[in-house]
Amino acid sequence: MYQHTRLTTNRFGFFQKFRNFDYILLICILLLGFISLATMYSTDGGEVKFHTKSHFTKLAVFTLMMLVMSFINIKYWFSIGYLAYVAVVGLLVGTYLFGITSSGSQRWINLYFINLQPSELMKIFIIVCLAKFFHRMKLENVNSIYTILTSLIIILLPMGLVIVQPDLGTAVLIAISGIAVLWFAGINYKYFIYTILGFIISLPFVIAFLKPYQKLRVLTFLNPDKDPLGAGYQIIQSKIAVGSGGIFGKGFLKGTQSYLEFLPEKHTDFIFTLFSEEFGFVGSAILLVIYAIIIYRIVAIGASSRSYFAKIFCYSFGAAIFVFITINMSMVLGLLPIVGSPLPIMSYGGSSMLATMIGFGIVMSARVHNQQMIA
Amino acid sequence: MINSSSDNVKKLNSINRRMFITGSLKFFIMIGIVSRLFFLQVKENKKYLTLSDKNRIREWKLAPVRGEFHDYFGNVIAGNFEAYQLHVIPEQVEDFRYVIYRLKDLLELSDNEFKKVLKKKNEIKPWETLIVSDNLSWQKFSKINNHLYDLNGVKPVISISRNYPFKENFTHLIGYVSQANQDDIESTQAIKKNFVPGLKVGKIGLEKTFEEKLIGTNDIERYEVNAYGRRISQLEFQKGEKGKTLRLTIDTEVQKLANELLKDKAGSICVMDIYTGAVIAMHSSPSFDPNLFVFGISQDDWQLIRNDPMKPLVNKTLQGNYSPGSTIKPIVALSALENGIVNTSFTVRCTGKTEMYGQTYHCWKKKGHGYVSLRNAMKQSCDTYFYEVARKLGVDKLSETAKKFGLGEKVFGDLFDIEKKGLIPNTQWKKNALGKGWLLGETIITGIGQGYIQTTPIQLCLMTAQIANGGYKIYPHLIVDDKVKDQPIDKFTPLYKNSKNIKIVQDAIFGSTNEVMGTSYRSRIDNPKYQFAGKTGTAQVKKITEEERELDLKTFQIPYEQRDHALYVAFGPYKNPRYALSVIVEHGGNGSTTAAPMATKLFKLIIDRHKIRESLGNKKYLEI
Repeated sequence: MYQHTRLTTNRFGFFQKFRNFDYILLICILLLGFISLATMYSTDGGEVKFHTKSHFTKLAVFTLMMLVMSFINIKYWFSIGYLAYVAVVGLLVGTYLFGITSSGSQRWINLYFINLQPSELMKIFIIVCLAKFFHRMKLENVNSIYTILTSLIIILLPMGLVIVQPDLGTAVLIAISGIAVLWFAGINYKYFIYTILGFIISLPFVIAFLKPYQKLRVLTFLNPDKDPLGAGYQIIQSKIAVGSGGIFGKGFLKGTQSYLEFLPEKHTDFIFTLFSEEFGFVGSAILLVIYAIIIYRIVAIGASSRSYFAKIFCYSFGAAIFVFITINMSMVLGLLPIVGSPLPIMSYGGSSMLATMIGFGIVMSARVHNQQMIA
Repeated sequence: MINSSSDNVKKLNSINRRMFITGSLKFFIMIGIVSRLFFLQVKENKKYLTLSDKNRIREWKLAPVRGEFHDYFGNVIAGNFEAYQLHVIPEQVEDFRYVIYRLKDLLELSDNEFKKVLKKKNEIKPWETLIVSDNLSWQKFSKINNHLYDLNGVKPVISISRNYPFKENFTHLIGYVSQANQDDIESTQAIKKNFVPGLKVGKIGLEKTFEEKLIGTNDIERYEVNAYGRRISQLEFQKGEKGKTLRLTIDTEVQKLANELLKDKAGSICVMDIYTGAVIAMHSSPSFDPNLFVFGISQDDWQLIRNDPMKPLVNKTLQGNYSPGSTIKPIVALSALENGIVNTSFTVRCTGKTEMYGQTYHCWKKKGHGYVSLRNAMKQSCDTYFYEVARKLGVDKLSETAKKFGLGEKVFGDLFDIEKKGLIPNTQWKKNALGKGWLLGETIITGIGQGYIQTTPIQLCLMTAQIANGGYKIYPHLIVDDKVKDQPIDKFTPLYKNSKNIKIVQDAIFGSTNEVMGTSYRSRIDNPKYQFAGKTGTAQVKKITEEERELDLKTFQIPYEQRDHALYVAFGPYKNPRYALSVIVEHGGNGSTTAAPMATKLFKLIIDRHKIRESLGNKKYLEI
């Protein structure tokens, strides 16, 4: 009964919604946005140029969008779960058919007002879709063949569409997002263990099927000094940049590695390298703490949500964001082979930021409407 | 509802349990990343900082500015000029083929030159500097500069290079510089330290001897460069030091005259101050233009020099071992006087030939000189007299005196590694070197400077100088500043037992030039200011057979290689001697007709120059 009264009194009024906001999460996101802007300014060589301007615009628009999203009831996000998934798959198909080719892969689709990378959006919407899929499922049904097969199809379909672009990195990240949902939904441990074992055993065969440049990346990761000016260049230069940063860094706008263009892809995948070079160990640790707080807040919001959909989404999104961060950082620190994976919010790139902000928006909506039950 | 809610509870339990596992995993992974950061940024910081500096800072060493050579009067005889060069570091060029073909067009390189550049490129490491062209004209240099935007990685360089304004005049003395090779780098520390691609180092002569003093130190430029090797800003410029400039004792005017006199002849002229040992001129002919070697000599030029029958590559002054011929006679006479074998009244009857130990020895004058005393014998260069004196003297005593006066050992010590010692034979030497006993007949021909005895032109000059200065030891030298410190203490120690004997020999040599019947009477100068005393010499290069002696051919009738060497040693002015010289003309025929007239011209100039030289020396003294 108590619950009932709570439900009836809580009308999700506008000011109530404001009060329900997770301000810590919001502040952290804004802080991260500010840091990313400063870093972008540094990549532009200490001037407000294209990247800084563009990043700022996207940041402003998408943050606003996130705020608007948080006022929309979590029920609504639940209801569009499948639709959004299908829409993004449609975009991926569209990309495959009429996509824009850039540096050897066809990842972008021209939507007249924006060039969108649907594979980035898929990282989020696959979570929404699977969260909805598992929302009403009884626990005993979770491990049924039907469930597993369906969820695998949901994951493999967009993966396949991304692999043909070709963009193995994003495909893997989409898979990881999906697998995170499966994990929280309660798929039997043994499946995960079998999958991991199977993956390890099949690794040599997988490598045999990789494209030459991908094979090279793996080999380079294992021994970057083999070809320091060729394939190993990125990783070596990245390590030099990070390592030379030291405890307190070289100072804002003073990162020689990036300033003198030794760093490749410094706007996108290697943005953390630049940040780390200029702000050192202390700065990097602070950035990690901000990310940790964000993830912690996402998980906490999930924990405080009444609806299973919100819970599973938050947990999975938190895990996915964590994995994205981990993979990006491990890559630039030389712990993983180079795979194209942006650092959420920090990296330049509209689609990635859009996807992340949509995720934050849904999380925020879950927070604002945390008492909302979804039938 | 109950079912559903219990299912919900189960679901919640499951998801929370899994969240806990995930959270723990996240925690450990986070720690992993932080420790990786710690490892890179704190623990390995130094290493990566060095690597980052290595990335961004690039050092350019510039060739050091080489010290110059000046003559006694401060004229530059080996100097520097600005050469326009073009350097490429293959590693820093994105499209080497494109750039190199573009350069070929711009520089109008011939196919041969182009091939050479490509060959050079294959020989060096990709990060080493490839010198595409080392001495460009200003037109081409500015053309390249205008096209630089299109030639990524090409560096136009203004470099200081060697220049020898007097061309062939000083080649054997100073030597030349050329690109350093592996041997040069390994053998000389200073070259190794200052090496830059295209560095020129001394190959022969004083350029080689004084390499360490001349080379100087590199300018070092440190630039911050970006990933493409483009210089962003200069961080540091360390000015190198110019090498030491060496002032020689040489008088360029005399040196030039020596070169002129020996034009188209093979031979050597050296002139020396008989008190200080300062070498005024030292020339070996034929010479060649050392400037040819500075940027690498072309194959044609090289073949021309190498195959010249007069052997321009040999420094005859130091490397030429010649039989001294009659120029040894002053020493033979001096040795005989010193050892009391003869006195001034001792006479020998010359009939044109003499028979000793079953062998006939000829005097150069068929009819003979009649009765001759020491003075007359020296004056007319009577061989018979000296056969007799040598026989009485013995080769061992003769060699002792000859060695005292500087024959048989290197005049400049370690200064020139090519210098020959010559050979002053004695009985001991023959036993050791040839394993045979000394024959008396060999003593006899040694008395007229034939046989085993061999001397270099510089030794003859030193010998003459030491007789001229009254018999005191001097040390010849070429560098002005080394005069004081490098001269050993035994300078000016007397080389005679009785100074009268020196006077007798000097007087006899005077007669040879300035009295009727003297062998070089025709070359005399009567003006006492220039009057000099000299001894001619004609060294046979092969044994003259009886038939040839009967034929009595003129010099021009004999094939070049078989003609006698013409020698002349002299000192002057006679009243107050100051300079000694030696002249050798290979296959010049006769000392009195070929070599002695050169001395006349030389003495005129030397003595005229003496006043200028003295005044320069005095002024310097007063200034201090």
